[in-house]
Amino acid sequence: MEAVKVIEIKKSVFAENEQDANQLRKELKGKGVFLLNLMSSPGSGKTTTLIQTINRLKEHLNIAVMEADIDSDVDAIRIKEATGIPSIQLHTGGMCHLDAEMTRQGLDNLELQNIDLVILENVGNLVCPAEFDTGAACNAMLLSVPEGHDKPLKYPLMFSICDVVVVNKMDVLPYFDFDLEQCKEWIHMRNPKAEVIPISAKTGEGVDAFAAWLLQKVNNWKL
Amino acid sequence: MHELGIVFYIIRDVKKVAEEHRVPLVKTVVMNIGEVSTVVPEYLTDCWRWAADKEDLLRGCELKCNIIKAVTTCNACGAEYATVEHGRKCPLCGSEDTVLKCGNEVEIKEIEV
Repeated sequence: MEAVKVIEIKKSVFAENEQDANQLRKELKGKGVFLLNLMSSPGSGKTTTLIQTINRLKEHLNIAVMEADIDSDVDAIRIKEATGIPSIQLHTGGMCHLDAEMTRQGLDNLELQNIDLVILENVGNLVCPAEFDTGAACNAMLLSVPEGHDKPLKYPLMFSICDVVVVNKMDVLPYFDFDLEQCKEWIHMRNPKAEVIPISAKTGEGVDAFAAWLLQKVNNWKL
Repeated sequence: MHELGIVFYIIRDVKKVAEEHRVPLVKTVVMNIGEVSTVVPEYLTDCWRWAADKEDLLRGCELKCNIIKAVTTCNACGAEYATVEHGRKCPLCGSEDTVLKCGNEVEIKEIEV
């Protein structure tokens, strides 16, 4: 009988992605390119928020957008038409998230020497994207009022890895039982350092504050 | 369905190890999966069957999942307790200043060749 040999590996499945992500972050830092990884549930208003934010920042920064979706290119087209900036669509081929390698492949299609800020709109999902470091300089999460203020309790990992939580659709607050203060408390319970910025991408309320936060981060990255 | 993504990662890592050891066929891959790792072992083995059979190296190879019990340590009173049962709040002193000790592993323990 053939003997079975055991080879011990004892290695986290995420270890290689974390290495790839750290390497990518280092390269982007060297090039002075700030990568923002924007995550949220489907339908929270990521694309509308991006259009509003980009239109406030495009005079100050050269920006590009990478849209990650399982299928279609509607988001990339919307961004290009509404802002005039370069926008590419990435297809994840059925996968629920992007990893550092896929992010790098997307970045290879942009002329990075002329770009200060790349915004990656990750797949709409609060679970999987949180597990895979993309190599971004900052992680942002968009939460919208209709989703409810209890999301930080239900998706703790997502909230714990974010540098900023943008609370969108503040214009419909009167119609929902959304408690912003409670939400902030629960976010800070998971992540004391997270910045919380309430906005309405539709009316423009609060978008200046988010744009200012982002501009400062990009400028600090280039120092 | 991040289990499928994780399966592709496992295949990549196992292929690399098999190459290093010049192994033509892997019989079993043993995983350590933490109770609170957000990975569902049944989905993982389903995705594994589909993806592994497409690889010569892994055709018919079984994926075994060892479940690692999740344990949380309380920073306030020093107690250790079962995470799944009690969550983030220490059942002994009521403090919420607690930290996960183990139970979020998604790691390849070993392969049998």
